[in-house]
Amino acid sequence: MNRNLKDKLIEGLTGISVLIIILVILLMLFIIVKGGWSELNWRFISEYPRDGMTKGGIFPAIIGTALMTLIMTMAAVPFGVITAVYLAEYANERSVFARTIRFAVKTLAVVPSIIFGLFGLGFFIGFVGKDMDALFRGGELKWGQPNILWASLTMALLTLPVVIVSVEEAIRTIPREMREASLALGATKWQTILKVVIPGSGTGILTGTILAISRGAGEVAPILFTGAAYYLSHIPHSLSDQFMSLGYHIYIMSTQSANVDETQPIQFATTLVLLILTFSLNAVAVTLRYRIRNKAK
Amino acid sequence: MEGSKVTVKDLSLFYGNNQALKNISMDIPEKRVTAFIGPSGCGKSTFLRTLNRMNDLIDHVRIEGEVLIDGINIYEKNIDVVNLRKNVGMIFQKSNPFAKSVYDNIAFGPRINGIRKKSQLDEIVEYSLKQAAIWDEVKNRLYNSALSLSGGQQQRLCIARTLAVNPEIILMDEPASALDPISTSKIEELIHELKQEYTIIIVTHNMQQAARTSDFTAFFYLGELIEMNTTGIMFSNPARKQTEDYISGRFG
Repeated sequence: MNRNLKDKLIEGLTGISVLIIILVILLMLFIIVKGGWSELNWRFISEYPRDGMTKGGIFPAIIGTALMTLIMTMAAVPFGVITAVYLAEYANERSVFARTIRFAVKTLAVVPSIIFGLFGLGFFIGFVGKDMDALFRGGELKWGQPNILWASLTMALLTLPVVIVSVEEAIRTIPREMREASLALGATKWQTILKVVIPGSGTGILTGTILAISRGAGEVAPILFTGAAYYLSHIPHSLSDQFMSLGYHIYIMSTQSANVDETQPIQFATTLVLLILTFSLNAVAVTLRYRIRNKAK
Repeated sequence: MEGSKVTVKDLSLFYGNNQALKNISMDIPEKRVTAFIGPSGCGKSTFLRTLNRMNDLIDHVRIEGEVLIDGINIYEKNIDVVNLRKNVGMIFQKSNPFAKSVYDNIAFGPRINGIRKKSQLDEIVEYSLKQAAIWDEVKNRLYNSALSLSGGQQQRLCIARTLAVNPEIILMDEPASALDPISTSKIEELIHELKQEYTIIIVTHNMQQAARTSDFTAFFYLGELIEMNTTGIMFSNPARKQTEDYISGRFG
């Protein structure tokens, strides 16, 4: 009887916590959708902000976020895939070097995002950019200031662990028989990796990419000092331009705007756009990952 | 014995401190089928994999002795393992086609050898599939996934894939153990055809299969080669009692 009661109690408690989580999510979605739905239309997506960002659309922020994620992906994915291939195919599990890389990847994954922002400011802008200016432009300021390239590279560092882990997981699901088949045909190890292992890990690479994008698209802290702009009347034309981003735009409108209450509907609408973007990317990634795991069984 | 293709001298293999193969010596005749039989764990598959250096992929494996193919020791320092494996093809227990089309599976080997010309690849693909007696079944779906084929077809596809790199020796590690009787008999017929041109070594658990397909049989037990002779003698009048006991099903 006593034990029975305890069981019921625990079941009740776990049920309640699940319920709380679901309620929080639903409430959040409800507030955002209710607040932003009326503003969300084609003009909102395709127009520049107007009247000190109290009216108009979020076109430059959408384009800025898209360009930043694109450059980030081009940096993070090849680098992440190469690292994952090394870890899964070449590294001796017990070697100090391989363990150091693994430790570094895990550490990278838990570093607070603002630290990445500071690192980007110090390393890319203060060190790489300033030196590039000194070397190639006689000290004239061009690369030694925030821009979309440095912001994207900073974000790439943040998302790198996601890519490495997803790709390595996928590489490890390639059965040994496939590698042996290739080697037995006289393929070298490198040919085997290139023609059998990496094509077979396609979904894993895709999952890693999408997870990285959905993470990177929403983050603000890493780009705060490295390239995001308060307001721009144009979209970036070159890698040395600054850019607007959805996440940063939400922050600006809700804290720095002249009239926070008046802009509430477009804040909600912007949030809604960002949410739809990251949710759908995540949904695709989860589906792909589910399919990989099933295949592995 | 007639012209031998492979000569093994005093071969031992160790996993760490554990000796899996003990001083094996044998001659494997050219363009004949040689069967390796013996109970599970007797080392026959491990031995097979020493012949194309597939054991190189496993950590902590140490090999002593010599394996001479056409008189050249494949464990010499300057041996190119990649070339060796082109010359010594391998069919695995579980058919392992790539998740590519039928055509791309066969063209895989030629392509990694640098053959790019479509007409040449077409020719190799057709010839290899015909040699593996599967052309008629797949000629209309060369561009479908190889994984859509039946288990028996997949295994013959793997044989065709191996033939496409033009080996002289084909190692088969229980190639029919996962197949139904009809697919098995197709593989056995194929082995019979292929021995006109190739030296074939087949590991099998199935006594009837060894008796039906092979010209020579070698019996392994606990990492040792107990006895090797023509299949006729091995199955009718073996020299050793262990061989007789195993073949007649008294243990194993």
